[in-house]
Amino acid sequence: MPDSTTITHDGQALSNSANSAHGEHPPYQRHHFETVDQQFDATNFAMWLFLLTEVMFFGGLFTAYLIMRNWYYPAFVEGSHQLSIFWGTANTAVLIASSFTMAMAVWSAEVRRKGALLLFLSLTLVFGFVFLGIKGIEWHEKWEKHHVPGMNFSVQAFVNPQSDPEVYKEYQDKPLAPDMAQKTEEYFFLYFAMTGMHALHMVIGAGILVFMIFRARAGAYTTGHVTFVENFGLYWHFVDIIWIYLFALLYLISRH
Amino acid sequence: MSAATIVSLPDQSTARIPKMNFLTRENGLLSWLLTSDHKRIATLYLISITFFFFIGGALAGLIRLELLTPQTSLMAADTYNKVFTMHGVIMVFLFLVPSVPATIGNFFIPMMIGAKDLALPKINLLSWYLYVGAGIMMIYTMAAGGVDTGWTFTTPLSTHYLNTHVISTGLAIFVAGFSSIFTGLNFIVTIHKMRVPGMTWFRLPLFVWSNYAASILMVLGTPVLAITLVLVVLERTMHIGVFDPAYGGDPLLFQHLFWFYSHPAVYIMILPGMGVISEVVSTFSRKRVFGYTAVAFSSVAIAVFGFFVWAHHMFIMGISNYAALIFSLLTMLVAVPSAIKIFNWTFTLYKGSITFETPMLYAFGFMGLFTIGGLTGVFLGTTGTDIHLTETYFIVAHFHFVMVGGMLMAFLSGIHFWWPKWTGRMYPEKISQFAAVVTFIGFNFTFFPQFILGMLGMPRRYAAYPPEFQALNVFSTAGATILGVGYLLPILYLTWSLKYGAVAGDNPWQATGLEWQTQSPPLTENFLETPIMDHEAYDYEWLEKQNIARQQQKEVASAG
Amino acid sequence: MSEQHEQEHHIVSPLTYAIVFLALLVGTALTVLASYADLGEWQIAPGLTLFWNPVVALAIATTKMMLVVLFFMHVKYSPKLTKLTVAAGFFMFLVLVGMTLADYFTRAWGRW
Repeated sequence: MPDSTTITHDGQALSNSANSAHGEHPPYQRHHFETVDQQFDATNFAMWLFLLTEVMFFGGLFTAYLIMRNWYYPAFVEGSHQLSIFWGTANTAVLIASSFTMAMAVWSAEVRRKGALLLFLSLTLVFGFVFLGIKGIEWHEKWEKHHVPGMNFSVQAFVNPQSDPEVYKEYQDKPLAPDMAQKTEEYFFLYFAMTGMHALHMVIGAGILVFMIFRARAGAYTTGHVTFVENFGLYWHFVDIIWIYLFALLYLISRH
Repeated sequence: MSAATIVSLPDQSTARIPKMNFLTRENGLLSWLLTSDHKRIATLYLISITFFFFIGGALAGLIRLELLTPQTSLMAADTYNKVFTMHGVIMVFLFLVPSVPATIGNFFIPMMIGAKDLALPKINLLSWYLYVGAGIMMIYTMAAGGVDTGWTFTTPLSTHYLNTHVISTGLAIFVAGFSSIFTGLNFIVTIHKMRVPGMTWFRLPLFVWSNYAASILMVLGTPVLAITLVLVVLERTMHIGVFDPAYGGDPLLFQHLFWFYSHPAVYIMILPGMGVISEVVSTFSRKRVFGYTAVAFSSVAIAVFGFFVWAHHMFIMGISNYAALIFSLLTMLVAVPSAIKIFNWTFTLYKGSITFETPMLYAFGFMGLFTIGGLTGVFLGTTGTDIHLTETYFIVAHFHFVMVGGMLMAFLSGIHFWWPKWTGRMYPEKISQFAAVVTFIGFNFTFFPQFILGMLGMPRRYAAYPPEFQALNVFSTAGATILGVGYLLPILYLTWSLKYGAVAGDNPWQATGLEWQTQSPPLTENFLETPIMDHEAYDYEWLEKQNIARQQQKEVASAG
Repeated sequence: MSEQHEQEHHIVSPLTYAIVFLALLVGTALTVLASYADLGEWQIAPGLTLFWNPVVALAIATTKMMLVVLFFMHVKYSPKLTKLTVAAGFFMFLVLVGMTLADYFTRAWGRW
């Protein structure tokens, strides 16, 4: 395929300087890069730019949320009381722990410890699954209580809070007027849209983690080529950051 | 036309296209469909966007045919709505946004900075596949009956009241958006990280600066469009959402999110074209671009300020007066960097040695028509006059002047300018100059009457109009026919030139960029040895010295 | 150039990560507790009140985010370009949210 000599358009045969350097660079360096450092710099920068696009992508959702919350504050407060602070806090702790283990995985790759790398990648994946499992529990509960927008949504718990004794015991919410109670559907629309989009990103992350665990077993990341792990780590931490804000905005509106 | 020309071709009796180049390196369909060579990907893009340009153009032809008569004659009003919607969607997302960046940018940015490829070649190929996927989804949408919301998808029309294929169009645009994001991302990384030694930021060709600025817009703006489309799709499927007042939503929220991208989008479309003009004006005046730094910074300024003005599309929609005031003021600011470019190109021409080859003809067309289009933008950015002019044919004329009279002319200028480097062959000069003039005349006949129609009050997006507007509409349609000829001719003679065009040689224009210092068409690796950049941009004296040195080398080689 | 690369390949110690991890957990506990307390308000002007609860919640969230960004994502040890990129991201997000909200908040101000 690539010749070691190239015939130029005026008939001269030149040895291609890029190809003659074939033995001089690590096997994982792509040919369009001059050095490994350039490759690392470039791909790292590319991942950061991709994260910028994700910030703007979620930004649209946050904008919609902030406006709706401002307009329908009472509905948002009572809607948020339907979320379990226990599961929400647990999930936050789980995701923070997964960020810690992911950071440790990057460290393991940097110090070339394959065993530690495998351990931390696996722990990150486990935490990711725990998070998604808890999310599933929460969503299921919403489904059971008819709080999924567009699917037999019921405003019963907001028009008459005492009909939901568990939540009423904790918060003693005042009944909402029917038109404000109807706006809780907007709250839940944003809840599902934002946590759903977040969960989608986590599922994609989990998939890539599985791929990485297989590659790590084969020793791909402990020979000095940490770029993939490092860049994936950036993605995973970003997903964690989104959750940090989602938790504060969706769960912690007002519980007093 | 002046008989003077700067074209310097090799001796046609002995010149040959170099046997080894990026086109001949490998053969077979898979070598194209699985390529990571930015030049092949650019070629794939060129073919695909030309295809969609002609579909969009055919739709435009249908619009102009319908508007020959005041009544709905050719098609039902609903069908007309679908025609102009698909025309807008295809032209914006499948033609204008990728036009220069994905073709000329993909091909030449690595070469201009001395690199072997873009930073992420596989992502580049993914970009093209996403584009093709979006195109297929768009064709499906048209075959399935189209969408009639207007390219702006205003809610609650698009979420609630229409039964047409909003979702498939939205998804197609979503996919096209990611194609655009990845291209922009690739360019930013490449321009930051892959410049050869000596290629400092201020030695870059201005084409690179313009594409860099456009790439920032692509990366930061397009994701907001993506989430907006997701929300529209969710609202249509779940019948609950944040845009429909019936559920407590706000239709204006859609418009804020939509225009947050779609205004920067117009700068995504025009900035690369401005980059082309910088290169062409310099080369055909034999002079460095006047005020390089100002032109470079103005590109970035357009990108930055372009993010702050989106609500000028919403003056009559119900935003607060205070917001309208702020956005109007900011809109005035964003006009300034564009004007700086026009001034600087004009000063480049002053005392330059000007010749009128086809790229330069298109560039002159750009400078005049973009100026008119841009100035009319000021009328629209002023809230008082906008109330009268918005949603009329004045707007239609305004954006066609900047996009067609501006951007499309710049695209054609660039295609002709870099054609010899891309294909190794020259296009036929006389017929291409003729086509450029035909395009210019056709364009003015088509769109200038629309300014008048708009001021007189003809609304946009209407299949039927009051009879007093017919004369100008007929005039406009006649112009469109001429314009169509002007666009058809390049397809014919450029294809012809692939086989029969004169062999171009390395640098037929005697231009100064690094891409002209290697063979035409280029090698897959672009350069035999990594170039070192040791001179300023647009340094025609350096070029002279290069030519003399090469001449001497040849003499030594043939003597020894 | 090489200095920059030494910086990039600066390996953050597990101890740093552990401290940040604990800080994040503490922040989480704090923000949950704060949501149960009524932190009052600040009457900036008639008709313009600032409630402290959301401010505190966002402040804690932002602090947690900064810790993740600086340490877990290595931005503290990254080249200037990375820091600039992160800043650009914040800025654009604020422009999107801020300028859109500027319309919503000023609608009630009525006509001139």
